[in-house]
Amino acid sequence: MEVNLQELNKTEFPVPAELENNIAITSLSELYNWGRRNSLWPMLFGLACCAIEMIATAASRFDFSRFGFEVMRATPRQADLMIVSGTVTKKMVVPIVRLYNQMPEPKYVMAMGACASGGGPFKEGYNVVSGMDKYLPVDVYVPGCPPTPQALLHGMIALQRKIDGQSIANGDDVPWYGVGTAEPTPVPVLGPDIIDPRQMDMIRRQAEAAATDIASIGIRELPAATQMVAARVTADAAAESETSPVSQDALSFVLPTGAAPWAEAEDIREKRKLRALARKALRATRRAAAAEEE
Amino acid sequence: MDNPGLAPEKRLDATTVEEAIAYLRLEYADVVSTDDREGYQGLIVDSKRLVQIARVIHDDLGFDYLSSATAVDYLGAGDQMEMVYHAYRTSGGGALVFKAQTDREKAEIPSLTSIWRGADFQEREAWDLMGIRFPGHPNLKRILMWEGFHGHPLRKDWREAYYEEDQKPFDNRWPGGHVHRAEEKNVFGKNVTYPPDIDLGRLMDSSETAVYQSLGLGVDVERIMDKDGFETNELVVNMGPHHPSTHGVFRMVLTVDGETVTSLEPVMGYLHRNHEKIGERNTYLHNIPFTDRLDYISSMGNNHGYVLAVEQLMSLGRKYNPPTYRCEALRVLMVELSRIVNHLWAIGFWLNDIGAFFTPVLYFVQERERILDFFEAVAGSRMMCNYMRFGGLFGDLPERLKSVSNLTNDRVRDYNTMQFLTEMINERIPRTIDDLERLLTQNEILIERSVGVGVLSREDAINYSAAGPLLRGSGVDYDIRRADPYSIYPELDFDVAVEAEGDMYARYRVRVTELRESVRILKQILPRLEATAGESIWADGKPGAYAPRVPHGEAYGRVENGKGELGYYVVSAGGRGGSSNPWRYHVRAPSFINLTPMGIMSRGYKVADIVGILGSIDIVLGETDR
Ligand code: SF4
Repeated sequence: MEVNLQELNKTEFPVPAELENNIAITSLSELYNWGRRNSLWPMLFGLACCAIEMIATAASRFDFSRFGFEVMRATPRQADLMIVSGTVTKKMVVPIVRLYNQMPEPKYVMAMGACASGGGPFKEGYNVVSGMDKYLPVDVYVPGCPPTPQALLHGMIALQRKIDGQSIANGDDVPWYGVGTAEPTPVPVLGPDIIDPRQMDMIRRQAEAAATDIASIGIRELPAATQMVAARVTADAAAESETSPVSQDALSFVLPTGAAPWAEAEDIREKRKLRALARKALRATRRAAAAEEE
Repeated sequence: MDNPGLAPEKRLDATTVEEAIAYLRLEYADVVSTDDREGYQGLIVDSKRLVQIARVIHDDLGFDYLSSATAVDYLGAGDQMEMVYHAYRTSGGGALVFKAQTDREKAEIPSLTSIWRGADFQEREAWDLMGIRFPGHPNLKRILMWEGFHGHPLRKDWREAYYEEDQKPFDNRWPGGHVHRAEEKNVFGKNVTYPPDIDLGRLMDSSETAVYQSLGLGVDVERIMDKDGFETNELVVNMGPHHPSTHGVFRMVLTVDGETVTSLEPVMGYLHRNHEKIGERNTYLHNIPFTDRLDYISSMGNNHGYVLAVEQLMSLGRKYNPPTYRCEALRVLMVELSRIVNHLWAIGFWLNDIGAFFTPVLYFVQERERILDFFEAVAGSRMMCNYMRFGGLFGDLPERLKSVSNLTNDRVRDYNTMQFLTEMINERIPRTIDDLERLLTQNEILIERSVGVGVLSREDAINYSAAGPLLRGSGVDYDIRRADPYSIYPELDFDVAVEAEGDMYARYRVRVTELRESVRILKQILPRLEATAGESIWADGKPGAYAPRVPHGEAYGRVENGKGELGYYVVSAGGRGGSSNPWRYHVRAPSFINLTPMGIMSRGYKVADIVGILGSIDIVLGETDR
């Protein structure tokens, strides 16, 4: 790509006209951003249909190397930009968050297409995450289903603009220019449904509320057949944790424990059932009495 | 006397489907009965003796190819679960449909994997999504969802977190309703619910453990002795779901002994977007754009299979007009262009996988872009064409092509459509294929890398329900356009590409021949388009019903798509006046089923060949995981 020094020259100090193509006076932030914005390496990483348009954008006709994106890296360790190109499923979001954590800073995330931005046409699906931003910070959203290559290029240019505005001088501007190490994003867990570790407390509260008969919409009464299976699965998992040689260490992720009043909850549920039966019986006797009177 | 009810000289495996059904009805009257529900076909087999009957169907009657096996939940309509099997003969002809029923609460149907190995993944899918157990299945684990997920989502009484109503259009959307964001109604602000017995104290992610356990693997490396008596290790290697050569979010778990692969197990579901559950909430029309997103390389072909299935159902009713001749010709035009796109893409990315990184793709993409420009001008979108309708099409060809989105390098700003097509079909595409052949077919490196690698025998290809170039590359002369023709294919002149060797190179050759045959078909379509110019694409001159009421019944529409046999099994539970939403909507995805033999195809080859073998199958994850 051609270097245009005049573009970089951001100062009130005059540069003599004959040196304009040789000298630029600018701030460190500007220089740094200028270097970075023109050499963003996206991760070679495709999720769904949108990935095909991403490939088309990389290929001969649209060729995003014109904007400094040419080097697509298959490993997150060498990538600056994660283009989330397609539907994010619950099963896939776990590796995606891991990949994100492995990318060195500064790093950016682009949500390409309706799915990555908000779930898209498949939003209502039980295995679909309603947008990448539920788990990772997203810098640029590109609308479309799929976005045309032009739209993707536009999104990339928007990201470059964003980078232009960031400053090394201001530590609060973006996390990686501050001091100290960044915290990794917590990796979600595949339980009975996907569990965001950041929501553990909330899930626990909801579960307790559901058990103690306070109406709750987060915890759902499953139909009888499914409930049976769910119970079995939990039992299986428990059995496995004791017997399997594998599950204790590398492969499993054990969540922080917390005391849940399960026995109590069971008790309350049982009582509720009895109460309902009693009410039913009472109604029946009343009806019988009324009929007799007539 | 082994064939009562037939002419005595007739062999059992040469009977017609009707005769085969009659034979089974007579011979096994106590366990086989005709399915006489309105609009249904085939037989209902007592599930206790399903395996025996299936063996007769496979061995004696010669239905050697199990195209589709899927489950239906008849909640409220008999309250049973049902497995539906579509078996074909590779010699051609229609389907023998048979079904087995079971109780919803304790759903159990014997596995047919011992007869057709192709049932393997499909039965796992039925367990995963419908909760039917298959005694006798070698590895009955969840396949699309993760182990530990709560419930079986395709059951009719299972509701997702964002559930609103059973069927669309949802009340709050029309007319005058206002749409809300589903997250706002969910306490967690995202698409989750948890079962009430969630045990947070002991919760762990057992999904990964389950994967390895189901493969019989621990994390420990296994100690083995090699042939010279040295102690060596067998390693477990994961490829994917993030891997540049798995064509998407696909994962393979390999065990390797040095560089040699000793076993391989596909792990999928990373792009499972609940196509079928959403499809059963949608109206029939809603599903057309969703089919685009199955095999997103060739959306036109996906449309075609689906409209064929629904048209089959509609033809059971009184008011139905089949598509006009021009409409059929246009469909074939689009589908064959899609096939060309698909095969160029498949060959290009396969070359990527075996080392010719991206350069060949760039040339193929050029041609693809031109075809996509045409699609965009006709259907409005490059990739997701959403072009076909029941009994017709979205629209006829425009007089002139005016590209909407391509403002750079644009050769297609304003062009006469027929002239554009003629040039493309007669010159550009053949030239690209010639180039491709000149550079590749005799290329030494390509031959070295691909001849004799990834071999799938003829018998295995059939038994594992392989389809498309994978099947024909193993010497099976089976192309649905010929074997069970639809649309106007019977009157078109083309050859079925077959290669006997069954290796990667044979599959490559099949694809190249199919490219040429597609061009041959397209050349015959051009005069047909000229001759029908000005005719309507709709039977009575005006667009058919956008939201058709579909009569009660079942249908299986299948087409030969670029990747193989794409089938749609659609059940309509319409009462009087028909239904506007499918009761069951199942996609028989070639990419999914073609992965069943992946394990046996890769055993004994090197790790570096694995990506090539996968590339030569040609999968697309939108369709694999649905
Ligand atoms: S936004 Fe559309 S094209 Fe992109 S992944 Fe989602 S469904 Fe596919």
